[in-house]
Amino acid sequence: MNVHTLNDVVDHGAIAVCCGSGGVGKTTTAAVVAIEGARRGRRAVVVTIDPAKRLANALGLDELANEPRLIDPSRWDPDNHRVPGGELSAMMLDTKSTFDGLVTRYADSPAQAQRILANNFYKNISSALSGTQEYMAMEKLHELHEDGGFDLIVVDTPPSRHALDFLDAPARLLRLLNNAVFRMLMVPTRTYLKIAGAAVQAFIRTVSRVVGTEVVDDIVAFFRSFEGMEEGFRTRAERVVEILQQNETRFVLVTSPQRDAIEEARYFAEQIGNHNLAVDALVVNRVHPRFGTEMSAGLRARAESLRELTFSNRNQREARDRLAARYQNLGEFNEIAERERAHIETVRVRTRSAGVAFVPYLPHDVHDFTALAEIGRILFAPPDNDARPPSTGD
Amino acid sequence: MELAHFCSTSRVVIVAGKGGVGKTTVAATLAVAAARSGLRVLIVEVEGKSGLSTAFNRPALGYEEQELAPGIRGRTLTPDAALRDWLAGNGLKRISKRLVQSGALDVIATAVPGMKDILVLGKVKSLEQSGTADLIIVDAPAAGHALTFLTSAHGLLDAVAVGPVRKQAADVVEMLSDPQRCQVILVTLPEETPVNEAVDTAFAIEDRVGVRLGPMIVNGCYPDLDLPDGSATAAAAQADAEMIDVFVSDREAHDLAAAAAFRAERTAIQVVQADRLAERLPLPQIRLPFIFTSELGFSEIETLADSFVTGLDPL
Repeated sequence: MNVHTLNDVVDHGAIAVCCGSGGVGKTTTAAVVAIEGARRGRRAVVVTIDPAKRLANALGLDELANEPRLIDPSRWDPDNHRVPGGELSAMMLDTKSTFDGLVTRYADSPAQAQRILANNFYKNISSALSGTQEYMAMEKLHELHEDGGFDLIVVDTPPSRHALDFLDAPARLLRLLNNAVFRMLMVPTRTYLKIAGAAVQAFIRTVSRVVGTEVVDDIVAFFRSFEGMEEGFRTRAERVVEILQQNETRFVLVTSPQRDAIEEARYFAEQIGNHNLAVDALVVNRVHPRFGTEMSAGLRARAESLRELTFSNRNQREARDRLAARYQNLGEFNEIAERERAHIETVRVRTRSAGVAFVPYLPHDVHDFTALAEIGRILFAPPDNDARPPSTGD
Repeated sequence: MELAHFCSTSRVVIVAGKGGVGKTTVAATLAVAAARSGLRVLIVEVEGKSGLSTAFNRPALGYEEQELAPGIRGRTLTPDAALRDWLAGNGLKRISKRLVQSGALDVIATAVPGMKDILVLGKVKSLEQSGTADLIIVDAPAAGHALTFLTSAHGLLDAVAVGPVRKQAADVVEMLSDPQRCQVILVTLPEETPVNEAVDTAFAIEDRVGVRLGPMIVNGCYPDLDLPDGSATAAAAQADAEMIDVFVSDREAHDLAAAAAFRAERTAIQVVQADRLAERLPLPQIRLPFIFTSELGFSEIETLADSFVTGLDPL
């Protein structure tokens, strides 16, 4: 079996999709992967989605920029160790302007584009509809890929309720755009109205009663203006899915060892197989250290038995309590460590061919290049940091 | 503040926070605390999946209410179910099937963003008014969705001029902006990014929703270990062991010290972050302890409820 690792992602991937549930360090991981690519001489870009403010500032993304911006190498490679040719760019996805760009591209005329862009229903699709952000992230990926310019595109995915939404979003949007009832309204021919007209009109009247006629008018106007553009959108959406299935596309599954994040990761690992894709690397962030080899149950029992010792001397009683507290604490942390490792294992069995990298629980959050470099050293430490979670006391 | 006083502040309590901060645990904790003061509590789960019923050692929640513990009932209230109820209540039961099957509903929901959220909150409002429970705890959607969830009604009032959906939104706005009826409890962790996000969310909720914010819950605070400074060394562990004449190997002393040092370091960071939150956000704080046991069960929720009640005291 071909075992991929993060090193392979950085060296040979053309596209790296970082996925996982919210709050597990996806954006950070994406940035670290892109930086490492740049250090190894690749022209890398990281596409971020809603990064934490301070990380955005570090990447020079203080304002919304829907196009990649080159980052001065002195910031991500202060010691000048990069392989010549390495470049790092970053951008923050602007969902609405990406969608606007698509409309402008596929409209027959500037007038048609204007009508759509001004429509209220369109505005909701392009900004508020769940799934649009996912779709536009993939669309941006496609655009950057087609334009050339970069040989490693690292894309963060939105913190969806389900990590897989970015794969399904294009299809869902197409279904919406192809809605039969409203399509009938947009075709202004008499034949249609004769056949289905009466029923549809009655239906629409009911809907108008519920949400008001203005809303329905907006919907109808949208479907009329959108006429003829579905084909372009469909082709485009199909190509987006195609590039996700290319050989040079890598999936990096990011998780934390907490139960809920792990459940999402496991679900993702299962589903991604159903899409004929595979997880290439698994990154587990914020892993608690394990102290020594003793099991938590024994350590806790030791704490209990210490507390049962009786002393007449106060100093001895205090020493007893301190020692019991230390055992209790060691037992508690080793229990977390044991639990986390058991959780991680449930994902690993589903991503067998993927390399695994662990990032320990760091004492600070990551929002500058120094901290990103620190994580880079952990993730890309030679030889492959692939073996086991961090432990101390070795 | 007395527990009974807190529980009588408002009938609806919406528990909100990012994924992974322990929102569901806090909802369960509030429920257990409130049930202790004799209230009939209903927990409403809006995402259709959470560990809520597991914590009470009960099967998964459904649309029908079920008892989770004495005095505590639970149910789900997903947007789809709320919509079905609402259509039926508005004499539209007949077309509801067609709305769903034709996909027209998705189109309408897109045309009226937040419609599903409003139907959920509208249903919460009708539960509130039916008097079915003394306290209704809503486990709000995770992620950045909490703010969208709460602002949906205001947004809809701007978008829809007439009709029953608008009426529903107006009722929801009325409930949200009445501090006697509803409050939002935000949950966060004592870490840098969660603290920043909690501050932003709190101000946004206050500005854009005008809902009363209850005490801020800081979840997962390491309980104090009661070890004096300088105890996190192997030598200090050995000295204590010698004093009470028990044997501790060098290796074990090393592990004990490393774990104690890690705990001290993490605790210090947590205190700094929780204090920073207090500085930036003028809301009372209740700090709930980190639970070290494997999976949260009823006895752990009871422990958290004790901490919650203790935390209310100084407020």
